[in-house]
Amino acid sequence: MSSNYEDRDRERDYGFEREYERPMPGRGGARRMQRRKICRFCMDKVDLIDFKDVKLLQSYIPERGKILPRRISGACAAHQRMLAEAIKRARNIALLPYAAD
Amino acid sequence: MAEKRTYEVVFIIDPTVGDDEVMRLSEAVQKIITGQGGTITKTEVMGKRQLAYEINHKRDGTYVLLEVEGSGAEIAELERRMRVNDQILRYMTIRVDEDRRRADKLRDRRARKAERRTSAKNKGTGAAATSAVSGSDD
Repeated sequence: MSSNYEDRDRERDYGFEREYERPMPGRGGARRMQRRKICRFCMDKVDLIDFKDVKLLQSYIPERGKILPRRISGACAAHQRMLAEAIKRARNIALLPYAAD
Repeated sequence: MAEKRTYEVVFIIDPTVGDDEVMRLSEAVQKIITGQGGTITKTEVMGKRQLAYEINHKRDGTYVLLEVEGSGAEIAELERRMRVNDQILRYMTIRVDEDRRRADKLRDRRARKAERRTSAKNKGTGAAATSAVSGSDD
């Protein structure tokens, strides 16, 4: 039962990856068409990520409540750091879950 | 300790506590801060929200956000009081002045860069445009 769970979660994450990192899947299958996504926060010129901005943070926590890793979120190191910090703060005051379902 | 710091304080009040009691509580908090020599720059009752997880078997709570300026002594006192108050489910204090300073610096740098670009582009003719940009520089 629990292993089933893990599988489902991984599959979901995989979906995320496809959406963010591989918008055009390669025809060969074995070949991964990767297009490095530019950090969205840099594009929007975000200097500060607020922990109260639940709507924004929610888009970076998939079903399970984990923080979306950098390779999938596409955020640069500095912004991923800010994002992770903001998510952890939001968790502390129950704006976001530590673990969902 | 003479240095002035800015903090954001968020606390969650028990959902069974009434509106007037919430007001009374935030007033009491303000009195603690000012009594210790701090100043409150912002008070915001964010209203009742569902909690992401249960705290003390409660599923929701009233969020209150404060912005405090001071030396840090008033935060210590405030946290001590909140810790013993049963009506306050959770509190969190975050120092924001350093992060904001850094954000300002980044923004300034970007503005300066943009100015340099525009002044390089329209040399001679674009005097008015560059002066408009440089207004936000300081």
